[in-house]
Amino acid sequence: MTDLKTDKSLYATTAHSKRRSAAEKRFHRLGLAAILIGLCMLGILMTTIVTKGSGAFQQSFATLDIDLLEAKLDKTGNRDPEDLKKVTTFGYAPLIKAAVEQVVETHRIETGLKSKDMAAIISKSAAAQMRYRVLDDPSLIGTTAEFKFLTNSWIDGYLKGRVTRETIGNNKNVSVEQLDFVDRLVGLGIVEKSFNMQFIFGADASDQRPEDAGIGVAMVGSLAMMCVVLLLALPIGVAASVYLEEFAPKNRLTDIIAVNIANLAAVPSIVFGILGLAIFINTLHFPQSAPLVGGLVLTLMTLPTIIISTRAALEAVPPSIRSAALALGASKMQTTFHHVLPLAAPGILTGTILGLAQALGETAPLLLIGMIGYVATNMPETVTQGLLSPNSAMPAQIYEWAKRADPAFYERAWGGIIILLIFLITMNIIAVTLRRRFERRW
Amino acid sequence: MYKFTTTTLITAALSLSASVSSARDQVQIAGSSTVLPYASIVAEAFGENFDFPTPVVESGGSSGGMKRFCIGLGENTIDIANSSRKIKDKEIAACAEAGVTDIIEVRIGYDGIVFASDINGQNFAFTPTDIYRALAAEMPLDGSMKSNPNTNWNEVNSAFKSQEIQAYIPGTKHGTREVFEDKVLLAGCEDTGAFDAIMSMNGGDNKAAEKACMAVRNDGRSVDIDGDYTETLASIDTNKAGIGVFGLAFYENNTDKLQVATMSGVMPSTESIAEGVYPVSRPLYFYIKKAHIGVVPGVKEYAEFFVSDEIAGPDGPLADYGLVSDPLLARSRN
Repeated sequence: MTDLKTDKSLYATTAHSKRRSAAEKRFHRLGLAAILIGLCMLGILMTTIVTKGSGAFQQSFATLDIDLLEAKLDKTGNRDPEDLKKVTTFGYAPLIKAAVEQVVETHRIETGLKSKDMAAIISKSAAAQMRYRVLDDPSLIGTTAEFKFLTNSWIDGYLKGRVTRETIGNNKNVSVEQLDFVDRLVGLGIVEKSFNMQFIFGADASDQRPEDAGIGVAMVGSLAMMCVVLLLALPIGVAASVYLEEFAPKNRLTDIIAVNIANLAAVPSIVFGILGLAIFINTLHFPQSAPLVGGLVLTLMTLPTIIISTRAALEAVPPSIRSAALALGASKMQTTFHHVLPLAAPGILTGTILGLAQALGETAPLLLIGMIGYVATNMPETVTQGLLSPNSAMPAQIYEWAKRADPAFYERAWGGIIILLIFLITMNIIAVTLRRRFERRW
Repeated sequence: MYKFTTTTLITAALSLSASVSSARDQVQIAGSSTVLPYASIVAEAFGENFDFPTPVVESGGSSGGMKRFCIGLGENTIDIANSSRKIKDKEIAACAEAGVTDIIEVRIGYDGIVFASDINGQNFAFTPTDIYRALAAEMPLDGSMKSNPNTNWNEVNSAFKSQEIQAYIPGTKHGTREVFEDKVLLAGCEDTGAFDAIMSMNGGDNKAAEKACMAVRNDGRSVDIDGDYTETLASIDTNKAGIGVFGLAFYENNTDKLQVATMSGVMPSTESIAEGVYPVSRPLYFYIKKAHIGVVPGVKEYAEFFVSDEIAGPDGPLADYGLVSDPLLARSRN
């Protein structure tokens, strides 16, 4: 040991210490800049999503009194449900035209529009809406009933400011006269905007009526898949990690298994989609587009994540706990299940929830098992149907909307992102809270 | 306790597998993304008006759909394939090998392919010759094949204002690409006399000459879009000088951002396509497995509903959306 010899005080700045503190300041600023850039990006992302997507939660409706003429809806007059069913939505459409003409007459609206173009401001879903209600309650036939119809997506876009008189140009879907007509109806209180329940609980709609499209059925599909993932991945994942961590002999073989699990976690998700197609659909003959198959594929994808986080949680439990339990006469199994697992539970749950959140946002593997397309249309009525009848998932539905032609679908895609984000943020908050409340440090 | 859980699990698994093998009750359709909007409009109306559940319509391209169609018969295969081109002999053979022998072809109408550019840019009036001269990989110049020297539209045709050549065309997996090559590039190649020049150079090899005509330049002035038309639209949004290839229905839904070019002096519209004056159009089809009729509920009814006058006629929702209805539709009903 030599004595530290300096002729100056350590507090005096030298060239060397100046350089060091400058480097430190630089690093400080760089770090701050990195965080600011990140926050900035997040801000831009969030504002874009909210501004573009919030429109989907509002929708314009038109309230009309419809004369449900017996001559059109029940020619035989016997109210036989079979006969009533034979009148298709095409038979109901003229009633809307008549109702709009009625409005024009009573309020003396002056317009150069043909009645066909006036009725075109009402969504094409209106006829189906009437048909369902009449089939439910045939006694309505012959009376006048009030209906709240969606308006056409272009009219809705106009009322939301997405479509303007300047931009419609030579658009054949909507004309300036129609917009003038709608302005009158808004003035009369016949057309107004209100909260759009259909978007949250409804089913997908075809390209002709984006105003009617909702994410509800896809949401049920996502939930069904998450149930499958949770029921399969959690027990299998925990069992595998408990065995690997507590019971398996530490040798070459277990090392290889551990390394492979870590590698599996990095495999691109589309690979699991191909695997699912080959095994579950082509070999085991499970139905196509079924959330059950989607859930199985996502289980395969989530398993490595759950195993890795569970193993980390088990490893974090200090060996002294195990030793103490063993010393007091507990068996290996009792030690694990009475002491180690409960202490590791918060970590395991956090890992599982994050794995589920990742699975919830996954689209690529669903592409291959037929869950993307015009799929989410039938609301499942039973649990088996929920698992087996064709359905989509939220991210798949968003992807599908984003590529359709009508710009109104684009708005819905952003709206869908908001709902998906709410789900993901909720799951993350649950994970964080669990960790905060129950995590123990030694 | 443990025993109880195992038994319940086993029962649950058994009941699940039992219902897995039970009959499928909705029609499954896959194929061309051009036909998808039409098929989903029909599927939606079908679900509303019949007691059958709404059919499932997936995309995946004409070839992708045909591939799944030809996997075989049975409940876990699709019932109907949508296609924006006629089925190929190769595909018929592949189908037959897998046991799919009776295939019913239904032609539902025509779809126009249009060239469109940014709404605020210059208005183009194209001929196939212009497109060929702008996008061909190589063309005969001074007696030998030279790589395409044109970089500006006014070099292609002096009637155009100066604008860098930049085109976004459908990628090779799209059915649209075939029509683009056949009805625009090849036609332009023949019109300019390049076809004959190539033929005389390669000693009369017809096939090789066609191939040379249809080769698209790959120096970055023409970009293949493998995704959907929304991707093409986004590309034009970022590069205002770009020209994109779209389906007529897509263009008609986005007239606030795009202006359409005429082709050989004809404005693309449902009328001009129906009359056959607009040169770049193609038929749309769907194919049904005859063996699935009567087995999967709703297949026959869906097909009949699709071609009914209410749906596919000139005043039906399909024509409304941009399908050019087929004058011979009545015949395909039988």
